[in-house]
Amino acid sequence: MSTTPKIELIDVHMRFGDKVVLDGVDLVVEAGESMVVIGGSGVGKSVTLKIVLGLLTPTSGRVLVDGQDVTRISGREREAVNRKFGMLFQGAALFDSLSVWQNVAFSLIQGQGVEHEAARKIAFEKLAAVGLGDDVAALYPDELSGGMKKRVALARAIAAEPEIIFFDEPTTGLDPIMADVIDALIVKCVRDLGATALSITHDMISARRIADRVAMLHKGKIIWTGPIADIDDSGNAFVDQFVNGSAEGPIQMEVRAL
Amino acid sequence: MNPLALIGRVFLAFMATTGRVVMFTGSGLGHCVRPPLYPRLVLRQMIDIGYYSLPVVGMTGLFAGMVLALQSYTGFSRFSAESAIPTVVVISITRELGPVLTGLMVAGRIGASMAAEIGTMRVTEQIDALVTLSTNPMKYLVAPRIIAGVTMLPLLVMVADIIGVMGGYLVGVNKLGFNGATYISNTWQNLETMDVVSGLVKAASFGLIISVMGCYHGYQSRGGAQGVGSATTNAVVSASILILVANYCLTEAFFAK
Repeated sequence: MSTTPKIELIDVHMRFGDKVVLDGVDLVVEAGESMVVIGGSGVGKSVTLKIVLGLLTPTSGRVLVDGQDVTRISGREREAVNRKFGMLFQGAALFDSLSVWQNVAFSLIQGQGVEHEAARKIAFEKLAAVGLGDDVAALYPDELSGGMKKRVALARAIAAEPEIIFFDEPTTGLDPIMADVIDALIVKCVRDLGATALSITHDMISARRIADRVAMLHKGKIIWTGPIADIDDSGNAFVDQFVNGSAEGPIQMEVRAL
Repeated sequence: MNPLALIGRVFLAFMATTGRVVMFTGSGLGHCVRPPLYPRLVLRQMIDIGYYSLPVVGMTGLFAGMVLALQSYTGFSRFSAESAIPTVVVISITRELGPVLTGLMVAGRIGASMAAEIGTMRVTEQIDALVTLSTNPMKYLVAPRIIAGVTMLPLLVMVADIIGVMGGYLVGVNKLGFNGATYISNTWQNLETMDVVSGLVKAASFGLIISVMGCYHGYQSRGGAQGVGSATTNAVVSASILILVANYCLTEAFFAK
């Protein structure tokens, strides 16, 4: 029996001018799984995520969400598809002009038309779910530490109880303890919601904590996909080098002499 | 490089930018009339553009009217035409100086602020976040600013007109020896409805230009703090130039024989 994948990228190409970023990406994310895309800096991980979210339109190829082709939809159709999504941005991307609870309740009030007081109540619940007390709710984003911003961004991502949650480098810029806290919250929130998760990271410790399956992106292509348990025995020299963080191997960093 | 090719490239780039601005304006105006609207955001922008611009617009109008009266007296006294000063002041203020000076001052204050705010949202991925939260940034960020700009500029210009005429009156009566009642009578008798209406139509157009330029340059900004800085400068410069161009075109449309 075959089930419709939650997200499917079919032969996706993306170029900016002469620069080819994605060169035929094929990726399948099944419902309920946590897929982590790993890869070095500048290989197109963020571009892949932005294409699925509809923030970028690919040069060619197709993106399917629940079997629906969403590659070139816009306007109200896009808004309807995005209601299935929650997104944790690398820099949190909290709205400066809104307080913490207003950030968390944003999609409920603006996107779903939930009453102000009901949305506020849900926002407080979601903040509690990520370990933040009521005292934080009235603060503004510039009054928060990096770890707190990530937690608020996570609360915002799960506030509308989305079917699919995206995580863009969720632990970048955090100390190891806070990174562990955020990873644990991601796993808990995704499991509690029964959501599908698509994350991108170059942090292998984080990938091992949050992934069910891993895909490695290199030079615009997915070069390996498999369960996280198989990552140390992938049989792929590129994956081995990346996982071990070695400078020696088939991946050569382009370093220009000064 | 072939100079003709260079000219061609510059021309094509200019046309492409013009096209993008026109499409951005069309999209922004479309979102102003299609629900959902955001009354709270519109009100906040109205307060920011209208209320907080009052001091600078008032001061500009006051001194423009005062200088106009003084300069007119210097010139008109050579031909014994001092009695025309109230008429010159009121027509100059309502038709030209009120709308243009108000437009330029608001372009500096509000155009820069819009570009910086939206530009910062762009480079910190807040605009992307809006999209992922099923909120159209054109509707949420641009439409309220356009509505506020188009509605508030005429009100500001009315204030500038009144204060500008008052500036002329103060100089005329206190410094140039006019009789107060005669000055007001001359001002009122020679003022026509079209003088005021043309100024208010100009003001609404300038409000559109300021808000569109501020939002467009902020929306298109790239590359961190430097990109936001460039967006701010471009918003003010382009809005100021377009205000002067639009002023000529509208004057031609209203008053050319």
